Amino acid sequence: MQHLTPQQQTLWLFAGTAVVLVIASLIGWILKLRVARNQPHGTIDNLNSRIKAWWFMVAIIGLAFLFGKTGVLALFALASFLALREFLTIAPTRRGDHIAMWVSFFVILPLQYFLIAIEWYGLFSIFIPVYAFLLLPIVAVMAGQVKEFLPRSATVQWGLMICVFCISHVPALLTLQIPGYAGRNLLLIVFLILVVQSSDVLQYVWGKLFGKHKIAPDVSPSKTVEGFVGGVASAALLGASLYWITPFNFWQAGLIALAIALMGFCGGLVMSAIKRDRGVKDWGNMIEGHGGMLDRLDSVCFSAPVFFHLTRYWWTL
Amino acid sequence: MLTASVQFLIAGFARLVTGAQARWIGCAPRNVQRIYFANHSSHGDFVLIWAALPPPLRASTRPIAGADYWDRGTVKRFLIRDVFNGVLIDRTRPVGEEARNRSDPIEPMAGAVEQGYSLILFPEGTRNTSEEPLLPFKSGIYHLAKRCPQVELVPVWIENLHRVMPKGEFLPVPLLCSVNFGEPMRLGAMEDKNTFVERTRSALLALGASVKPA
Repeated sequence: MQHLTPQQQTLWLFAGTAVVLVIASLIGWILKLRVARNQPHGTIDNLNSRIKAWWFMVAIIGLAFLFGKTGVLALFALASFLALREFLTIAPTRRGDHIAMWVSFFVILPLQYFLIAIEWYGLFSIFIPVYAFLLLPIVAVMAGQVKEFLPRSATVQWGLMICVFCISHVPALLTLQIPGYAGRNLLLIVFLILVVQSSDVLQYVWGKLFGKHKIAPDVSPSKTVEGFVGGVASAALLGASLYWITPFNFWQAGLIALAIALMGFCGGLVMSAIKRDRGVKDWGNMIEGHGGMLDRLDSVCFSAPVFFHLTRYWWTL
Repeated sequence: MLTASVQFLIAGFARLVTGAQARWIGCAPRNVQRIYFANHSSHGDFVLIWAALPPPLRASTRPIAGADYWDRGTVKRFLIRDVFNGVLIDRTRPVGEEARNRSDPIEPMAGAVEQGYSLILFPEGTRNTSEEPLLPFKSGIYHLAKRCPQVELVPVWIENLHRVMPKGEFLPVPLLCSVNFGEPMRLGAMEDKNTFVERTRSALLALGASVKPA
């Protein structure tokens, strides 16, 4: 497969994903017909709307890829926007945070993606952790409201870190200059997304089939030890078998996929703890069967920066 | 033509900015005559309810608006009269001679109901900028219900809009809002003013409490 051009490899991957989705859709259809006998059935109906949403999401990513770097930047900037909106909707902010929130949406978010577009690594990697971190509490303090100032400032900063800074590390993969890998960086994004999303799906499948022991009953009651071990291990294996689209060899790809899957799992747990504390089940209801944008991206948020820096540290000049 | 395009743009913009999600909890979006009564914390309130209604219902629903704020300046007047087809009422408190000559504010509302329109009403009478979820209701809702006993009253809880655009701010923050429609109510045969006003207010508060996160 390594002799193919990046375009051909991307096409093969999309074709492969489509085949998996066709099989999943068939299984969902048979389950609906045989097990649920065409009657409403909670788990099976949820499974089917998830599969349908997957078709849609794969189509959107495919469309963005057609437009290259611009398409990918636009897609993830939009994802950041929708995620930040879900985050701040649920977050306990007050009147005095109004301008700080506005600045987050309409100044910091576009600037972060602009910095990635012009590939200014020195600034995009510290812009939110340093400059937004200092600027936002200054903006908030101008409103003169001191009640719960620290938790409020921390909340807005946290939202920006997760929804903008972390998510922006997916398109930032396009800025990496890896010797012998020029022109193929889109495939790094494919690798990340395939590993982290299939890790989520495989954890779900392993958990539904063999799940017995809850791994974090207070935080995420649906997650099991069996789902975790089976899902993360098979996602690592999948990542290893995709080494031919990466600058890594088989073992390196497996280890990196393992790191991605582990971070993704932990991201799911952390975001779930926030939802539970705020008393909501999902972040939103944008994507049928999945919940909101953040429900789908929680694991990407945590794995993207780690994947970015592992690759940058060991594989770029 | 201009009016229709502005209507379309405003409804679209409101949905885009707020994700304006209509949740029909206590009733269905049917084309029956209704008085929607809602909590009021932002100028965008009735725009959001209006945008949340399906277009056929939108055309037959008129918001009640304060003439002192809306009937000033070309743009505001065009919006409230042509775009939203609002029923303008005088909220000022007249004194002496003027008070005796002044028309009853219930009259224009009842008139619109008699013409077959549904109404959007904010029984608090003014925007709520306090920390309380809901201000005390004015008695208008009772007088209107008494004048129009055939019309059902539907509580509508608008969640989060005060955070999108608090009083005094002019930059909207695109947080997600929802418009929640509760169970229809009517004035009881023997019900007095205070009981009815309190009953409608508690119904709206209960609806609000049921949709809030945490």
